Amino acid sequence: MKIKFTGKFYMRLSLTLAVLLWLIIMLIDFLGILADRSQVDLGLAPYLPTLFLNLFYIAVLIYYRFRVTKVESANFVDLLWRVFATGLVSVVISLIIRLFNNEIGGTTLAENPFLSSAFYNINKVLISVFLISTFTVWKKLILYQKSKRLILAWKVFEASLLLSIFFNLTGLVLQESLLFEVVFVTMAIMAIILSANLKWVAYLNFKQKWKSVLLILLITIYIFYFLNYLYIAPDNSPDVFNPIVELFVIVLFVFLLFYSLFSLLVILFNLPTSSVFERKMEEAINFQRLSQSIQQGESEDEIFDILLNSSMNAVYADAGWIEINLPNQDLKVVSKHIGRENINRIKEHIMSAKNRQVIKNPLSANHDTDRVLVSLKRSNFKTAFVVPLLIQNQVSGFMYLLNEVSDSFNKEMINIINTFASQASVSVENSRLMGEALLNERYKEELNIAKSVQRALLPKELHHNDTFKIHAFTEAAAEVGGDYYDTYQLDEHRFAVVIGDVSGKGTSAAFHMSQMKGIFQSLVQKDLDPKSFLIDANNALSNCLERTSFITLTYFIIDTKKKTLEFSRAGHCPTLYYSNKEKEAKYFENKGLGLGILRNQSFENFIEVSKMKFKSDDILVLYTDGISEATNSENEEFGYDRMQTLLQQNAHYDPVMIQKVFISKLYEFCKDNDLNDDYTMLVIKFN
Amino acid sequence: MVEIKKETENNYLLLSVEGDVDASSSIHLDKAVREAFDDGNQQILIDCTNLNYISSAGLGVFMSYIEEINQNSINFVLFGLTEKVLKVFGILGLDQLLKIKEDKEAAIAELNGV
Repeated sequence: MKIKFTGKFYMRLSLTLAVLLWLIIMLIDFLGILADRSQVDLGLAPYLPTLFLNLFYIAVLIYYRFRVTKVESANFVDLLWRVFATGLVSVVISLIIRLFNNEIGGTTLAENPFLSSAFYNINKVLISVFLISTFTVWKKLILYQKSKRLILAWKVFEASLLLSIFFNLTGLVLQESLLFEVVFVTMAIMAIILSANLKWVAYLNFKQKWKSVLLILLITIYIFYFLNYLYIAPDNSPDVFNPIVELFVIVLFVFLLFYSLFSLLVILFNLPTSSVFERKMEEAINFQRLSQSIQQGESEDEIFDILLNSSMNAVYADAGWIEINLPNQDLKVVSKHIGRENINRIKEHIMSAKNRQVIKNPLSANHDTDRVLVSLKRSNFKTAFVVPLLIQNQVSGFMYLLNEVSDSFNKEMINIINTFASQASVSVENSRLMGEALLNERYKEELNIAKSVQRALLPKELHHNDTFKIHAFTEAAAEVGGDYYDTYQLDEHRFAVVIGDVSGKGTSAAFHMSQMKGIFQSLVQKDLDPKSFLIDANNALSNCLERTSFITLTYFIIDTKKKTLEFSRAGHCPTLYYSNKEKEAKYFENKGLGLGILRNQSFENFIEVSKMKFKSDDILVLYTDGISEATNSENEEFGYDRMQTLLQQNAHYDPVMIQKVFISKLYEFCKDNDLNDDYTMLVIKFN
Repeated sequence: MVEIKKETENNYLLLSVEGDVDASSSIHLDKAVREAFDDGNQQILIDCTNLNYISSAGLGVFMSYIEEINQNSINFVLFGLTEKVLKVFGILGLDQLLKIKEDKEAAIAELNGV
């Protein structure tokens, strides 16, 4: 079996040892009596019973050392109660024995040496257990809120006390030996000095103090009773005291007695002031509540509630209220012990009162933040204290505290209120900031949803057949953007391709872009020629777009059978076209006008249709102005010329590669200048 | 950032637009033009000599007044556009709807109906 050396193990071991030792002591006593009777020498060394007794003390000391462990301010009374209970049991048993002895007095039983020896030993055990348990509890109380010096002093005392257990082996008697007297007096002085450590008393509240007084009083009586039992000589003896041989026990008595008396007196004298101490504790706790309220996610209302309650408690106010200007212009009032009507009446009183004292706010030079102390007349309240509440450096409200007694707010109270008010302000500030952060988080979330919705508006698969390859790329400056492209298969050989850009950017552009998507998808089904398509789209958009918004668009119809390209441009960036035959890239600069600029029939006068034939390996590059107008840190534009050269140089690549080259060149050009527009490109290469 | 200066010269109002007109600064441009219209000016010149950049939102401002210009027969002339800015107007097609002149002299001549 494995033995774990825990506190419990030591407790059990010491308890068993103590019982065993006690039985041995009893046995030796009995044997001694027997031997006496039969005139036989036991041959035991005379110091042996004393040694066993000493070991018994040590066992009990160890037992209680592990028994009484944790000490907290909340369980002082419990500890005292335990000492009291131990004492009660000991005294009751001791009294029963005494009664029994009186009852049998004069009979032969009383003369029985075995019985009286047993009774003597039981009493001795009870006394020592009570003394040692009390000693352990007193030790814990003394060492509550310990300092280094105190611990040292205590260790010296405890060590000398341990040594004193064995002093009885010398056989000296206090009344006869000077050495004994000197050692005793020294240790007694140490005990008295240590008894001055009574810090735990301060942590008792009023009720606990009363209980403690009662318990300690009874404990003191027990100690006196046992002292009397052990050391006061019987009436028929010439001496006042019995001979005292055990230094340990007598020092223990002195220590316990002094500490009990000191505690008793200190608690009694502390009784009247304990309410002040309790109030201070409450203030500290309220302050903590105010500062922690934010972490517990309490609302502003609760913070103001705590502020008003704690402030009123701290200054014994009879009534009070807090009024706060909420961000949405409403006035919020939290009140206690005062009604709405009264509030307005008192406010008028405060405004008109002549007797007012302004207390500067030490943290701010702003006069709005000064606190005001007002004496009121003709009202049941005699004093009012007005504290401005600052939130984000702005006076956002006031706290009014009222008292029925005149001149009732002293400087300490005002200081406390100031700290409460500023702490509450910090809490409210934090709660507002937290609210804003949460709101922002939600907006972000919403924007991300919008982003994925918009992504879904752009085609995943671009319609085409094996006569051409097509590839698209798009990126928005914000989460959502106003760039648009789409494709549609009109019939077996004809395809519609569109690219567009909504004026402005961000969310508003994204909404218009989705409108454009709807218009494209419905008009494209009608298989219109490019010009008619743009006219219809302009008509439709005229009713949808706000006055300052417009959309630029280029609409292409690719006929793969006739190998023709038909297109119209509505104010969109000119398409870049590479002719493989001429090995040259050019822009299609035909006439055009953005959609939504002219919202009437004259729009059609500004639209042209261009038609051309394409050949194998010709390339179409459609893009938005985010690419052509991208600027670098020198304020230079990426520009049309650069794009033209870039296409000529990379015309041998497929559309995916051409797009990659364009975009990487674009990034390289802009370097650390952030791209602040949406940019899109669509590359078509004919086979 | 954009800076708009307003001057009344002879028989016309001169608005000088300087800097960049982007989505945020276009609001200032719109406000200045709106005021010019609301004050009942019949002859308005816009000096774009120091207009460095104009975004689609800025173009939207000019665009939104086209109808009002035509309805009220207001003489609204832009001049001094840089090549870059002129190209932006051109691509969108606004050059077909707004009077755009090379310099101040040409713009004043346009006002006087020469």
